[in-house]
Amino acid sequence: MTNRRSFLLGLGAIALAASSNARLALASAPIDQRFVVIILRGAMDGLSAVPPYADPAYRDLRGALAIAEPGQANGALDLDGAFGLHPRLATLKALYDQKQLIVAHAIATPYRDRSHFDGQDLLENGTEVPHGTADGWLNRTLALLNSSGIALADQVPLILRGETDVASWAPKKLPGADPDLVARVAQMYQKSPVLLAALESAVSADRMASTALGDNQAPMMGGGYRRGAAKVLAEAAGKFLADPNGPRIAVLEINGWDTHSGQGVADGRLAQALGELDAAAAALRQSLGAAWNQTAVLIATEFGRTAAPNGTGGTDHGTASAAFLMGGAIEGGRVLTDWPGLDRSRLYQGRDLAPTMDLRALAKGVLQDHLGLPADALARAVFRGSDEVAPMRDLIRT
Amino acid sequence: MTQALIATQRFGLGAGPGELAQVASDPRGWLQSQIGVDEPIPGITSSAERVVALAEARQEVRAMKQADAKNSDAFAQLKAQQRDAYLSDVSARLGAAIASEAPFAERWIRFWSNHFTVSITRPIISGLVVPFENEAVRPHAFGRFADLALAVVRHPAMLLYLDNARSIGPNSQLGRRKEAGLNENLARELMELHTLGVNGGYSQDDVRALAKILTGWTIARPGRMARFLDAVPGTFGFAAAAHEPGEKILLGRRYADNGEAEGIAAIRDLCAHPATAQHVARKIALHFLADEPPQTAVASLADAFTVSGGDLAAVAQRLIALSESWSLPMIKARPPEEWLIAMRRAFAIDGDVPARKSVGVLQQLGQVPFAAPSPAGWPEDSSGWLGPEALMARLDFAGAAAQRIRVAQPATMTDQILGSGVTEESRLQIERAPSAADAVALLLVSPEFMLR
Repeated sequence: MTNRRSFLLGLGAIALAASSNARLALASAPIDQRFVVIILRGAMDGLSAVPPYADPAYRDLRGALAIAEPGQANGALDLDGAFGLHPRLATLKALYDQKQLIVAHAIATPYRDRSHFDGQDLLENGTEVPHGTADGWLNRTLALLNSSGIALADQVPLILRGETDVASWAPKKLPGADPDLVARVAQMYQKSPVLLAALESAVSADRMASTALGDNQAPMMGGGYRRGAAKVLAEAAGKFLADPNGPRIAVLEINGWDTHSGQGVADGRLAQALGELDAAAAALRQSLGAAWNQTAVLIATEFGRTAAPNGTGGTDHGTASAAFLMGGAIEGGRVLTDWPGLDRSRLYQGRDLAPTMDLRALAKGVLQDHLGLPADALARAVFRGSDEVAPMRDLIRT
Repeated sequence: MTQALIATQRFGLGAGPGELAQVASDPRGWLQSQIGVDEPIPGITSSAERVVALAEARQEVRAMKQADAKNSDAFAQLKAQQRDAYLSDVSARLGAAIASEAPFAERWIRFWSNHFTVSITRPIISGLVVPFENEAVRPHAFGRFADLALAVVRHPAMLLYLDNARSIGPNSQLGRRKEAGLNENLARELMELHTLGVNGGYSQDDVRALAKILTGWTIARPGRMARFLDAVPGTFGFAAAAHEPGEKILLGRRYADNGEAEGIAAIRDLCAHPATAQHVARKIALHFLADEPPQTAVASLADAFTVSGGDLAAVAQRLIALSESWSLPMIKARPPEEWLIAMRRAFAIDGDVPARKSVGVLQQLGQVPFAAPSPAGWPEDSSGWLGPEALMARLDFAGAAAQRIRVAQPATMTDQILGSGVTEESRLQIERAPSAADAVALLLVSPEFMLR
């Protein structure tokens, strides 16, 4: 693995310099703050991830899917006497106790329909409509910061796509191609700008990886769809971000939240996904090392699920869910919510947890107070059309 | 020669040795002659047989205490059974594509399999995904869209993947007896992904209505439910006892209480809806033509769909006849599986496709067959396939694979595979390669071989 592509960086420097507006992801980072977004694809059930166990309607409404009260077998991990965490979220609970985790509940993007694909598109594009723009709000954030970002994925997700070039990285699974061959390919791509840009980005990410991860990279992992991948990717993300010359923004994705059946309580499909999230959180913290103190991590999903179980031991597509902010930079140990209640009359369209908080307010609060971006730029460039949505303040430790 | 390259590459699975020259005399006729070629892949066990075996194995596991079940031999065996069935099916399917003499038909069938995605992200259906294509998609891929949709929705793989098999009408005989009820998953995706499209004008109430209409559409499994169903075990069965009684209103249309017939009528109506023609036409154009397909092409395909009453052979004919089909630049990325198939075709690597190894390679390239991450299937917009990591994985694989490929006539290799349309940049690099293996690797990752 030793600098297997470094040859290109010497010989291919001409190719790289000659190409368009490509900026190497290695460009020096002007800020010390780190920001990570973890996207939970498939719609996380907020009422099981963060059970509002003190709500008088919770137990009846959730029926067989209700999480037991704190203190009982497989009970919720208590947060504040009203809300708890699912028993699989032990790392998040520890962070909460260390005042490094904020839980936001009954929160949603502006999307009010129930398509995963439109919901995720809107979550990532940062506008108020699906497909409202072809670039992502984190890419626009990078442009304002003049900083660099990385997707821990085979393919760069929409949230990071856009004008600013970003890197992507996933564990190497094949023996690397000969550097000489890579240089020849770069020559061959001179008139294919899309292929050339992707090649350059891969080469720079590879160089970052050999610095950040050392040459003994984690061995083969499974595929994108295999469970357990998130932990490996989170560990790598932490190492990239910990590098003083590395990227400042990273994106991870975790699948497996679309629990229409077999959702379970202490076990089952949701518990499995939550366990994966919790392990990823632990791995990220560990590998960030001292940089954890400059880090904010936003964990969000496209929408929530029905408040009541469906007929097949699961939940269907809903509206509001929970989101998490964690990191050494977070002023944590709090549940932020304007709790709408679970009484049938309070449910959104009589079926979903009602949204009372805008996810953009949470994200804007972090971008403003953690990354130092002015509110007007956030409304103009990052979350377009969000002038009415004030950034939440006091999320960041001062 | 360029027209032949378009025929074999944009619409096919890549040219084998000498194939470009053969196709060159009549590229359109070559494509037309493939319309209707829909033979099943040989040697695939039927889904009915697999469902029955699965149900029996599960019963054994279910009989145990929950704590023991997960660690039991029976459970491990059940998982291995599914995995082995999947691997051998996928290997046969890859082999059929590599050897296919009707590669356009193959692409067309695969397009519909992806449109109606079932995915092994639900491991329990691993042994059913290739049978699904064989039994539900292939026989109807050149038939009526409504017949295709009906066959797909009634297939056990889809009924399990999108949870309809256990959806029960709350006021049905079964619903009143036990704690069970509706599941909206299939109803929603059927409208959002398969027919109308997300902006097709349906509401949450319509999703509920369709879910109710489809209650009772399940699988006749051996055991408990079998006595309710008049069906062959392991195939579709309508469970009247689970069907929600009463009239339903879907998209403003009333469906009187009529059991299984409600669902058949509703699906036929959805397929005939004008939004469906638009949605399907756009997706076909996106798949074959361009990431931003010209509106004229989409309109023409939608017209063929509508005028023919959803006859997919007529739509395929129209696609071949479109001027855009032969004039748009070839800049869409070949998805990994198609790229791998094209490689084996180009170098005439036939014989058995090693199952584990092929799936392993495809995993590294980011496209395990029938493992799309969501019911939306693999993206038809091709830009995602050429991210930095994905491209590097292809380079790495091409470099390794080329070591094992023997080329009979290196001097004519480029012309044989890419024809005369190859760019100077690619030709130069391939010719100047320091070894035959490097020349092969460069050809595999050349823009002309990667894009279509």
